[in-house]
This record gives sequence, C-alpha cells and structure tokens, in this order.
Amino acid sequence: MSTFKASCLSLIWIASAIASSSAQQLGKTITEADLQQWDISIAPDGVGLPQGQGTALIGKELWENNCQACHGENGKGGPAGNLVGGIGTLKDKNHEKTVGSFWPYATTLFDYIRRAMPYYAPGSLTDDEVYALTAYVLQQNGIIDENTELNAKTLMDVKMPNRDGFVQYWPVQPGTK
Amino acid sequence: MVSSPTSLPSSEEHAANGGLVSRRWLLRSGLVAGAMSASGSLVHAEQLRVPEWSSTPGLKMTGYGQPSPFENSVVRPALDLFPEGIGDGSGVSFTPLEKLAGTITPNGLFFERHHSGIPEIDPAQHQFAIHGNVKRSLLFTVENLLRYPMVSRTCFIECAGNSLFNSMDEPQQRTAGEIHGLIGNAEWTGVPLRLLLDEAGINPDASWVLAEGADAAKMSRSIPLAKIVDDEAIIALYQNGERLRPEQGYPMRLVLPGWQGSMNVKWLRRVKVLNAPVHTKDETSKYTLLQKDGISKQFTYEMGVKSVITSPSPGMEPSNPGLHLISGVAWSGAGRIKRVEISADGGKSWADAIVDQNPASKALTRFQLAWDWKSEPAILLSRATDETGAVQPTRSKWYEPYNSNQLFHQNSIQAWSVSSSGGVSNVYI
Ligand code: HEC
Repeated sequence: MSTFKASCLSLIWIASAIASSSAQQLGKTITEADLQQWDISIAPDGVGLPQGQGTALIGKELWENNCQACHGENGKGGPAGNLVGGIGTLKDKNHEKTVGSFWPYATTLFDYIRRAMPYYAPGSLTDDEVYALTAYVLQQNGIIDENTELNAKTLMDVKMPNRDGFVQYWPVQPGTK
Repeated sequence: MVSSPTSLPSSEEHAANGGLVSRRWLLRSGLVAGAMSASGSLVHAEQLRVPEWSSTPGLKMTGYGQPSPFENSVVRPALDLFPEGIGDGSGVSFTPLEKLAGTITPNGLFFERHHSGIPEIDPAQHQFAIHGNVKRSLLFTVENLLRYPMVSRTCFIECAGNSLFNSMDEPQQRTAGEIHGLIGNAEWTGVPLRLLLDEAGINPDASWVLAEGADAAKMSRSIPLAKIVDDEAIIALYQNGERLRPEQGYPMRLVLPGWQGSMNVKWLRRVKVLNAPVHTKDETSKYTLLQKDGISKQFTYEMGVKSVITSPSPGMEPSNPGLHLISGVAWSGAGRIKRVEISADGGKSWADAIVDQNPASKALTRFQLAWDWKSEPAILLSRATDETGAVQPTRSKWYEPYNSNQLFHQNSIQAWSVSSSGGVSNVYI
C-alpha cells in the first residue's frame, strides 16, 4: 500500500475513532440570553432584528458625523467606496456595485453596519442609530423615502433592486443537475 | 538502463516545441539536480579555501529559530486596500511563491487577508460558542479544545480574489507571488467541528451554520452543514506543528479544505446552526461573481483547478542558455491534481510535466520539467487537470461569462513571456 493511502486510511480511522468517543464533553452549557451580545447576525428572515427604529431624516446627521469621511457626502465619492448609485448598471462593463445597485437584502445592511461600522469603532452605534443609518443609505439609493420608519417589521418590507440578481451555486451548479 | 546524469538530452527526448524535454529523461536521470548540472559541468572549479565559519565556533542556540539573514528578502509583499486612516488593517499580503520550493508554505510566509486588522487575542480569554438550532448551546475555552482528539490535514487555503491582477485589462508586471500568492499550503491540526456539533446535538432540520470571527470586522460566512458532516471542517489550533500565528487566526480558525479562503474564518468565536444562509456582506456584496448578463453567481465555494510556473517567472529568470528546470505548483479545490502540461510555444504544443504520483487532495502539488533553452523567445504556460477531469481554462475562455474586471475565482492559465535575453514578463494570450 502506498504511504499516501496508508496515511489517508489512518486519518479516516482516527476520525471514526474520534466520532465514537465524544467522551470529552467539555463544552459548558450556555443560554441564548448569555449570547445576546454576540448573536448579531441577521438573515433575510429578519429573525433577531432588535427593537428600535429610525428614519433617513435622522440618519442624515449620523451619516455626516460617523460615515461621510470615508464613504463620501450622500454615500458617494469617499475613499472607502460608494454605498449609493449604480442602479441599472450591472450589465455594463463599467458597472458600479453598491448597496443600492447590488445587495440583494436590506437585512445584510443592518447586520453589517451594526457588526463592523464605523470602521474604527464597530459596535459603538445604538440599534436606533443603525436603523436610521440603514434608512439613510436606502433612501439615498431611492429605495425608500426619507420619512419611512425602519424597524424590525418594516425593514422586512424593503425589496432591494437586485433581489433577483443572484443564482446560487450551492448545492449544485445550475444546469448540471 | 540508466543514462549518465550528465548526458544531455538527445533529440528523441524532445517532448514539445521550444526545448521542452520529455519527463522520461529527467526521471531516468534519477537525480533532477544531477541532470540539471549538465549545463555547468565543464567549468573548471577554483582551488578550495577554508571559510571563516569553519574556523571558529558558531553562534549559540536560540529560543525560536529565524531564517538565515541571507534570506531576508524572502518576505510577503503587502498591499493595503484603502488609503491610510481609512481602512488600516484591511488588506492582503502575498506568499512569495517563486522563492519557495516543495509544497508546504512556511508559517511566516503564509498569505494574509484581513478585513479589519489582526486582533491580539489572549487565549486565556478567548471563548468559542456553538448555538442556534442545537439541543444545547455550548461554550468552549481554548484549554477545553486542546483536550479533544485532533486530526491533521494538509491542504491549501486560497483567497477567492487570488490572481486578481490578471483581471486588469493590461497585464501587470508583478512576480508570480504578487499575482498568484493569495494561497498557502499547510498541515492543519485541530478538532473536527462535527465532533463539537455532535456534543451540542444538531437538530435534524438544520442545514447551514454561520461561522464568525472575533476580529473587529466580525468576519462572518454561512457554510452548508454538509461540508461539516463530511468531516471536512476542522477547528485548527496548529499550523505546521506550531500554534497558529496571530495573522492566521490565533488561537483558532476554521479550515474548510478546497473552499474560498474567507470561509476559513479566523479568530473563530461562534458557530450558529441554522436552516438557511445569512447572506452576510462577504457572501453578497463581495465574493460573488457578476456576469455580463447582470446576474451574479453566489455560493461558488470550491476553488477551481489551477497551476502557475514559479520558475522561470518574473525575477526568476534564466541567465544563460542551456538546460533549466521549469517548476511550479498546481492545486484544485475539487481533489487531487492528476496532470500538469507545459507549453513553451504559447499553447501550440504541450508536454507532460512530472507530477507527484500521490498528491494530497486539495493541496499544493509540485510539478517540474527540463527545458533546453536556446536563447530564443518563448511563451511558457502550465495547464493543470484534476481527478474530476476539470481542466484549467485559458484566460479568454475563463472570461467568456464575465466582464474583464470580474476578479473572483480567477483560475486561468498564466502565460510568461521569455525574451531572447531571458527577461520574463506577464502576458495575456
Ligand atoms: C474610517 C473609515 C470608515 C468609516 C468612518 C466608515 N466606514 Fe464603512 N467601510 C470602511 C472600509 C475600509 C470598508 C471595507 C471593509 C472591508 O474591507 O471589508 C467599509 C465598508 C462598508 C460597507 C460595505 C460596502 C460594500 O459595498 O461592501 C458599508 C455598508 C459601510 N462601510 C457602511 C458604513 C457606515 C453606515 C458608516 C457610518 C456609521 C461607515 N461605513 C463608516 C471604512 C469606513
């Protein structure tokens, strides 16, 4: 037997030996309440969206103070990239991918701002502020108007322009079934 | 019969145009090194002297060994993706592929991609949670995990944006590593994620997990549960035998052999078991492939079959005519490398390279071939085929569905142009 096959088999053997001996059981049980500060991911079903609300009108000032230096006035022309514009350009060679033109779900925007922005102080915004900034970016893209209040319910009503612009290559490559 | 290692290849050993020598010749010559010395063997050596270092005792032992100072040019070239003060820590550094041999990437030279810098994590305070659609949510410390049985697996991790410079309209004059070096290959040792999920008890309707890092970006990616129950997910604590380096996810990272680098979440703090993907920023806005028709491919996890010649390559240039060794690396996210072919005439004729007969699955594989260079211009290509029969595409074929600025999953054939004086440059053919 080649050494490769031998080492492969021994790996499988180790793996199955491990599988049958989850004797360790060293994990400490923890409640969802304990996990609250970490459990920040928001999927398109909106489960886990926090209480709170905000409008683009409120978001405008937050934007100017927390985001504009890197993402530009009105979400355009900043050194960290545009979040606004480009809707309808995806078929062009010089297309512009932004939150407005490219992102399929508004939940991703809420999730990402809350998780990672502003770049040097992620986690510093309140949930109300994240709703307001989400509203501002969507409003600048013409997706909602400046008085639309975003909250856990209304965020789910937002339909992004490129919602149907993706084909999923998992579990199988389309056309190869 | 074994031919003398110093005998030059005869015309029967011709394998393809441009001086490619049949792999049989190199194999028969036994020692590759012996065969390649043929070109220099007629030069008379000087009388040997005893160097200084043979005349006095050397240095003392050190706590952690460092490379020779003569190797201090072998470093990862770094590239910040944003101007200073805008996104410090979001960037890449490249494995200097052309300066390495064999298949294992040394830990200090393994490529980096961070979305918000390298966190300085105290392992005594780091915690890892499994929760969501499970029977019991669990919290682990690093110390806990070190007490579990471990597996070791050698595989590559490749950034989905690797080779992005070849998506520019004009070929960029950069080294092989600066173009294709967002890849590294290592032996990863750690706890199979499935083992810990079993301890938590996955509910039968679960089908996805979210993996999340403890860095400031809280890098997060959705991963199909199937990849994990196939025993293809490891929570790695060790890389090439030592604990992970901070830039590789210390104290723990996910390793998903063959899949997009950014899914191999570093500084892993949380796995949430789910029934559907989360559609995080880095699986919608980024790491998706926009096609000419305006539709984007999403969840293209597996890295395609690929190869690159690392010598000759820019900066690794043949100085004089004669026998040279063409050497490079090949890999596929679908499994083992089965074949690598080399062309010296821009793809008109091809010769089989020598490839490791028993390459590891989803791991870098070295290939080589002798090349009798006559100071004539040449276009060197390598083309890999994996065990599923997938063949590395040409650049133009690869771009058919895309505009030329689509940069993810670029696995097309690299062309190096060799001039009559031996200069090597990046060209598109
Ligand atoms: C100091 C500069 C800086 C500030 C201030 C900043 N950002 Fe960012 N932003 C970045 C960088 C850098 C990235 C890219 C991060 C990466 O590499 O993943 C980014 C990415 C983003 C993205 C994803 C863009 C895409 O197309 O994928 C969004 C959305 C975003 N920022 C929103 C905001 C909001 C809202 C604020 C204000 C609360 C903000 N940013 C403040 C630097 C900044």
